Amino acid sequence: MNNLQKNKLIDNAFKTIGILFTYLGILILAILLYKIIAAGSSRINWDFLTSLPSRKPEKAGIYTAILGTLDLMMLTIIISIPIGIGAGIYLEEYAKKTKLTTLLEINIANLAGVPSIIYGLLGLGIFVRFFNFGGSILSGALTLSLLILPIIIVATREAIKAVPSSLKEASFALGATKWQTIQKVVLPSSFGGILTGIILAMSRAIGETAPLIVVGAMAYVPFVPHSVFDTFSVLPMQIFTWTTRPKAGFAIAASGAIIILLILTFVMNGVAVYFRNKWQKKLGN
Amino acid sequence: MKKITLLFMLALIATACGNKKNENKNSTNKTIISGSIKIDGSGTVFPVSEAVAEEFLKVAPKVKVTVGESGTGGGFKKFAIGTIDISDASRNIKDKEIALCKENGVDYVRLTVALDGITVVVNKNNTWAKDMTTAELKKLWEPNSKITKWNQLREDWPNEEIHLYGPNTSHGTYDFFTEEIMGESGASRTDYNAVSDYNVAVQGIENDKNALGYFGLSYYEENKDKLNALSIDNGNGFVAPSIESVANNTYAPLSRSLFIFVSKKAAQRIEVQKFVEFYLNNAPALSKEVGYVPMPASGYNTQKAAFKSALVKK
Repeated sequence: MNNLQKNKLIDNAFKTIGILFTYLGILILAILLYKIIAAGSSRINWDFLTSLPSRKPEKAGIYTAILGTLDLMMLTIIISIPIGIGAGIYLEEYAKKTKLTTLLEINIANLAGVPSIIYGLLGLGIFVRFFNFGGSILSGALTLSLLILPIIIVATREAIKAVPSSLKEASFALGATKWQTIQKVVLPSSFGGILTGIILAMSRAIGETAPLIVVGAMAYVPFVPHSVFDTFSVLPMQIFTWTTRPKAGFAIAASGAIIILLILTFVMNGVAVYFRNKWQKKLGN
Repeated sequence: MKKITLLFMLALIATACGNKKNENKNSTNKTIISGSIKIDGSGTVFPVSEAVAEEFLKVAPKVKVTVGESGTGGGFKKFAIGTIDISDASRNIKDKEIALCKENGVDYVRLTVALDGITVVVNKNNTWAKDMTTAELKKLWEPNSKITKWNQLREDWPNEEIHLYGPNTSHGTYDFFTEEIMGESGASRTDYNAVSDYNVAVQGIENDKNALGYFGLSYYEENKDKLNALSIDNGNGFVAPSIESVANNTYAPLSRSLFIFVSKKAAQRIEVQKFVEFYLNNAPALSKEVGYVPMPASGYNTQKAAFKSALVKK
């Protein structure tokens, strides 16, 4: 066997291994989806979506959990987006490279990797106890905002970095101020990237259970929150509660709720991919 | 930009619709009492409180009852600083927790709402172990226990490894079992599969011929076809765990009471008072429905009287 043949063999072997690993991931996902859909799809109907939680597994529904999740996500968006994008713009466009900003940057990158339960304890100390918001939907949203802010800030900075400097320079050459340039040139052309980051951050927040349990999400909430100070439940919390119950019917209900949660997450990710593709095309032209 | 606005609008509409629906439900109210009641604590008592809250919603739709399950200890922590009205507990309150309540001026009344038996279970194909004495249980579970094989417990049992399952330290069940068997709450060997979710223990024991574990009676009752329960001898002969033996307390020492601790200050509020009365009236039927053992009727009468006198004192 000469060198060429050897290299080709190695090349093919690597390709096979690569393919194997790629499909292994998909296979595991497929098994997971199959098991959950097989167990839970029978439970999904209009009643399941619109019923209150119940001690009877066949009657229990996820109405308040699903609305709690939507409310919590909306509040989290409202809190985290302005802060996240603002911080990202500042760090990328305004901040001078000093020791302080370097320290800030390192810390933000580190925060993105902190386990979510730590944010839960932080939220318990600051929002629940110190500000006395109690185990309210506001405490939950503020805690989740802390959790996803690093992700949004990093995504915003990356998106702004990707804006061609020729565009910015052209704007300055026309006499635009820094804010005008950011507003009219930088933000519109980086928006796809920022949005992708936001939606991926939301997809992470929507599945969080641990920090919300610590902050005080309840397992049985038979009403929809009316104000930000109301107690709340969320889908992952409902799933967690059901999986620990002795009656087998609750395992089926939990699978049903998992399917709904997965659908929500997939839809969000789908929207993220759609916008990214759309904006990339726009920039390309 | 328009698309995002649209998304926001959709989400808003979804929530708005939800609110409306809830209001419609509320408008068919039968009573005028309103307010909110916060319950938290034991995951074991949770199904009972949830069931009562669910039924209470039908008679008092304006009262917002929420139930959490952050564990007996977690519940007492919140209860002691007054953030919740009722604390679910699968064990009695500890001295430390009593002190914390006193410190914050939280006065309470303890009410028993149902009974439960801790069941020691083995695999369906375990042909040898049918019963155990409390002394054997102690030998098996005590701290630094040297028992790793079945025949170390009884000579005629097989020379095979014994695989243990039990709740992790955050469970009231763990505190109770160690208290009753070892004589000291929290004293247990640590080299066992400590689960936070009993269904994991059920699955583990179901698939392992040499496994043994303990958990609440309701998990055994729901999985009777997959597990065997051991009879326990406390010196008065072997007694199998069952609804009857737990109710008449012959299944000793592993029968226990499930409690709710009601803050006396909260009980001054009419909605809390009505809820607790409703709780005690409906606990026999509802606790049975979710897998626990109701007390005899006289037991509930005692609890009702205790609650009444707790109301008067203030």
